[in-house]
Amino acid sequence: MTENVLNEIMALMQRYNPDGKPLDAGTELGADLNIDSVAAMDLIMEIEDKFDIDIPMNQVAELRTIGDLVALAEGQLPKG
Amino acid sequence: MDIFDKYAGIEQRHRALLSIGGDPFAVRVDRIISATEAMIGGRRTILVGTNNYLGLTFDPACIEAGREVLATDGTGTTGSRVANGTYGRHTDLEAAFARFFDRQKAIVFTTGYQANLATICGLAGPDDVILADADSHASIWDGCKLSPAETVVFRHNDPDHLDKRLTRLADKGQCKLVVVEGLYSMLGDTAPIKEFVEVKKKHGAFLLVDEAHSFGVFGDKGRGVAEAQGVEADVDFVVGTFSKSLGGSGGFAVSDHPKFDLLRLASRPYMFTASPSPATMATVSEALRQIEARPELRTRIWANAEQLHTGLRDLGFTLLAPLSPVIAIRMPDEATAVMAWNRLIEAGVYVNLALPGGTPGGVCLLRCSVSAAHEPAQIATVLGCFAELASELDRLKGQNAA
Repeated sequence: MTENVLNEIMALMQRYNPDGKPLDAGTELGADLNIDSVAAMDLIMEIEDKFDIDIPMNQVAELRTIGDLVALAEGQLPKG
Repeated sequence: MDIFDKYAGIEQRHRALLSIGGDPFAVRVDRIISATEAMIGGRRTILVGTNNYLGLTFDPACIEAGREVLATDGTGTTGSRVANGTYGRHTDLEAAFARFFDRQKAIVFTTGYQANLATICGLAGPDDVILADADSHASIWDGCKLSPAETVVFRHNDPDHLDKRLTRLADKGQCKLVVVEGLYSMLGDTAPIKEFVEVKKKHGAFLLVDEAHSFGVFGDKGRGVAEAQGVEADVDFVVGTFSKSLGGSGGFAVSDHPKFDLLRLASRPYMFTASPSPATMATVSEALRQIEARPELRTRIWANAEQLHTGLRDLGFTLLAPLSPVIAIRMPDEATAVMAWNRLIEAGVYVNLALPGGTPGGVCLLRCSVSAAHEPAQIATVLGCFAELASELDRLKGQNAA
């Protein structure tokens, strides 16, 4: 997991964390941050625009934690 | 571990909702009286949340057509068209839809939900990409899930964002299917289809418009929002439902694509389900004729929508979209929304309660849908109940502030 992607995503996460909970890669999107499927879609779109990538919906179903989100974004970034 | 354990969260939320009053998601209609009234909980109730836009469920000609065919053709088809054959009434109705939309091809489906499922998963194959509006209906998402294609989401009603996404996908060799709705059912806002058309043409994508809530209501002929915006010719596929303006149960899709009928051999939600019943074919054909013959139905629904929209706005409610037959009222939070819904049902007014998970942007709302069959006096009664609700909400706000 690269620091850069993790940090960028952490920054985006703040809007979804009104209670200011401490966040790390293990933070659960649903259980800890109460992000439902509609909010998750908004978040995915923000990540896509941030990194200029496409994250197909088909890959979002398995998403549980911030770490999963980072891995998903990294998987779509150009290699190299 | 129990197999239902995974629904603990849903169960808990539902229980909290029940502690406030009746169950907004399991309303028992004891007896339906007309297109606009029912007995609910022993009370005569005005229906302002049934999507019965043109009020044709009790149209005498539609009832007579259904009654006659029920007697001559029986109660059901007992199977799919692939296995049991196609009735003449299926092809006749398909021809009627093609004529109505001035299109080459039409297919009917057993439900509106399946119409989206079948069309989307039939059109988009493993190497294709579906681009769906973020506020799409569940049937669109489920169609995307059933399709082996990748699904990419763009911001609601944002042609520039779609353009950006299509640009990013440009070097991929797949067919791109853009999916939008004419009228969005929760907030009642319409899509800028004209702008979407420009984008899809630029990128050589296909455009599907779901006119489920706009069919019969928008456009001079009632064909929907694409007609109203004058861009029907650039819409490749139109999907719709029987269960709103047409007062039946089923769905349809129309297109000018010469190979559209291949969906009948490739799309599982078309192939593996019983075909619509003969009586449904009969009532829907008649309803289609009524829509063509009685443009005054559209005049009435828009007048009724304006009466309710203006009245609610004057009462100080926050409405979430410009004038349309779907009127969504913002509520401050879930508990207030549930309380308000209960006040209205106790006063004899049925509206829809919509909560986050089913609404965009996490809003809680009361949703009204207006019918051409509403009498102005009924809408005035509804507004009277909303006026009482407004004063109660003001009182509560005062208490909380104090």
